[in-house]
Amino acid sequence: MTYSLKVLLLSLLMTFSVAVRAGSIETYSFDTPEKSAIYKRLIEELRCLVCQNQNIAGSNAELAKDLRRQTYEMVSKGATRDEVVDYMVTRYGDFVLYRPPFKLKTVLLWVGPPLFLLISLIFLVNYLRKKPQVAEVTLDKTQRDSVRDLLK
Amino acid sequence: MKKIYLLPLIFLILLVALLYRGFSLDSRNVPSPFIGKPAPAFDLPRLYQENKRISTEKMKGQVWLLNVFASWCVSCRAEHKVLTRFIREHKVPTIGLNYKDYGTKEYGKDVLSWLGQLGNPYTYVAVDTEGRTGIDWGVYGVPESFVVDKKGIIRYKFTGPVTQKAVNEILVPLVVKLRKEPA
Repeated sequence: MTYSLKVLLLSLLMTFSVAVRAGSIETYSFDTPEKSAIYKRLIEELRCLVCQNQNIAGSNAELAKDLRRQTYEMVSKGATRDEVVDYMVTRYGDFVLYRPPFKLKTVLLWVGPPLFLLISLIFLVNYLRKKPQVAEVTLDKTQRDSVRDLLK
Repeated sequence: MKKIYLLPLIFLILLVALLYRGFSLDSRNVPSPFIGKPAPAFDLPRLYQENKRISTEKMKGQVWLLNVFASWCVSCRAEHKVLTRFIREHKVPTIGLNYKDYGTKEYGKDVLSWLGQLGNPYTYVAVDTEGRTGIDWGVYGVPESFVVDKKGIIRYKFTGPVTQKAVNEILVPLVVKLRKEPA
């Protein structure tokens, strides 16, 4: 196995190990696969508010456990994804969502990065265009001879 | 003189300003979306008198305080004196929401000795062993305090230990103002 192949495999392994680690602790069972899917999606989308940079699927904090239980109970009683999200947002605000909704307060969050990229691209293109062409230099005979001598 | 060279500098200043603001915000102080909304109803067993219950319904018509606390919460101890003085001096009816404490495996009856030692300022102590009411009120850290008006609308939320400064500058003026509002 070549070195680069090994590196590739190792990086792949590392990528997947993260996904495995993010599994939640308790296992809730649902009567339909649809409900189970809604639950899994929700716990990935909801933020644990005490350990802010984790979702509730990956956190072992008490609050995350409680929010998972709340999500489980609502989903198993037939709540849709939107109903659970509404419940959480009413209580904890948009902050509880990892994917914040698009509204006036979050415009910068959504529009900022592409806008920034666009502006940078415009600058780059302008810069490259304006770059002065290298002026052609004409040499007289003596100069040409001395260049030839140098290159010999 | 080409002014274009000033652009990166202006940009840098803007960026620094933005980051400065971002980092000086307290990311734990999540604004409550509850302000101005009806307080979530609960009906919970009372500490000391477990066959009796206390509900949000019962508090209607008065300006009251909900203080989320637990014996395992260190900051609750820190705010206790300040809170007690506020409740007593201004005669604020208060429900202490004992959050994931009394009746749990880990803490059992710890809260009884906690209140015995520090004093019990609460009009009622509601027991929320599993933290369900806490979730319903959007509690994510203890202590938290909510001011509810005569109509049962949440008017203010204080996250973290209540300080004397907060009592003087926010809570007292607010309670005085809310008491003048019609029920």
